[in-house]
Amino acid sequence: MDWKRIADRLFPEGHDIVAEGAFLAGTGRNAGVEYAVVGSTDHIEIGVEIALAMARRVLATVRDHPGRPILFLVDTSGQRLTRRDELLGINRYMAHLARCVDLARRQGHRVLGLVYDQALSGGFLASAMMADLCAALPEAEIRVMNLPAMARVTRIAEERLRQLAQDSPVFAPGAINYVRMGAIDALWEGNLAQALRDMLARANPDDRRKYVGRDRGGRLLAAMIAERASVE
Amino acid sequence: MRSYYEATARERIAAILDPGSFREILPPPTRTTSPHLAALELPVAFDDGIVIGSGALDGMPVLIAAQEGGFMGGAVGEVQGAKLVGLLERARREKVAGVVLLIESGGVRLQEANAGLIAVSEVIRAILETRAAGVPVVGAIGGQYGCFGGMGIAASCCTSIVMSEEGRLGLSGPEVIETARGVEEFDARDRALVWRTVGGKHRYLIGDCQRLVDDLASAFRVALADAIRARDRVDLQALEDEQAMLSTRLARFGGAEDALDIWRLLGAPDPEAIPLSPTHELVAMAAGRRIS
Repeated sequence: MDWKRIADRLFPEGHDIVAEGAFLAGTGRNAGVEYAVVGSTDHIEIGVEIALAMARRVLATVRDHPGRPILFLVDTSGQRLTRRDELLGINRYMAHLARCVDLARRQGHRVLGLVYDQALSGGFLASAMMADLCAALPEAEIRVMNLPAMARVTRIAEERLRQLAQDSPVFAPGAINYVRMGAIDALWEGNLAQALRDMLARANPDDRRKYVGRDRGGRLLAAMIAERASVE
Repeated sequence: MRSYYEATARERIAAILDPGSFREILPPPTRTTSPHLAALELPVAFDDGIVIGSGALDGMPVLIAAQEGGFMGGAVGEVQGAKLVGLLERARREKVAGVVLLIESGGVRLQEANAGLIAVSEVIRAILETRAAGVPVVGAIGGQYGCFGGMGIAASCCTSIVMSEEGRLGLSGPEVIETARGVEEFDARDRALVWRTVGGKHRYLIGDCQRLVDDLASAFRVALADAIRARDRVDLQALEDEQAMLSTRLARFGGAEDALDIWRLLGAPDPEAIPLSPTHELVAMAAGRRIS
């Protein structure tokens, strides 16, 4: 998926988003509102450098543009799987990015995400999964791991996983399952600029995902168990 | 003297809290099990692999959670994650002195795939919300399964981390990297390499854990009480400082091939001796050299 075409549709009044390698950053305008945009492309694996670059953009937005909404454009095949990243403490870099997003929210920025292609585990966890609300394009793929690797780790036959994926939103990689489970607000089709405006209007700082998942029937226990752990 | 590494989740809680103070929330008789594991006809646990509750630590009212590595490597599913999220909500409401997380986890429970990933992200948000509400969240890592995957991110979102040298902290576990990239990238069976890459000593030297203790539940207890009393910083300046520290780390150590190179750059007089040195000697050597 070409990020430029997506950006053009999101920001009909123009944008100055540029790719430095696979790292995306810039600003875009929609209905008179200026958005800070941070993201990645080319299914890039997020290593320490991109995580740090994303965090820098979020912090700069908080410091220099109070209240400006932030939009993450997500296309990543997960965290970078190298010994060097682990040696340098990539979990700390990811945590820093997550903390920057959380700080932005607390300082009054609305934080949004759009999975326009792929989203896998680590890189997604620290960025758009920290957003107030995250949407996806209908053809987007969101998953923890691909089925062959999952079959290897869980020792469940790939054929069995494939069957499970058909009737269980827990296993299937499609974005629609994340909608049912409450982690994706909606799938965007048609007018992306309008969809962005609508989501911005609905975004709020409370993490409502477990209630949304319950109400949509895709994740029935999380809200109830959390409530019991909190008050019983 | 009791090994933290060898202990179960319940034994750890009993050794860390003030004697007799623990009160479990959603204990095993409530049969709080995972529906996703049952659907796969896999064994379930009546606490879904995590023990949560309230108690006192050195006289302070705290909430505590301990993951049980013996059940699916401490991996997080929908129910386990929700127990943590609920506990953190309770901490904000009750304004306890702190939340103690005894972490032992491979991260997302792959048998619950999407539900596990979402659960971990809810835990991360709940940790940060709790800190922002003025309640510190401190982590301990010293179990057999280490702390990896999304829980590695969650741990580094805590106010501070206590580790033993046996503890391991990272994002992608060595086996995952070896499977994806080959044995040349990371030989998961090379224990010395694994420990100096993700083990407690290296994490202490580069500042990813704030306290390094011997493998004794009593040592974890003292360090965790200390960690709760320390000041927690959650403002913009704290994150600007973190940004600067992580940038410097990348510039200084980004070309390092091995932890030994990093330890040398930090000014360790005899890097090769570090893997064998006792914890107290390592801590003494690190004073003034480690990144803090």
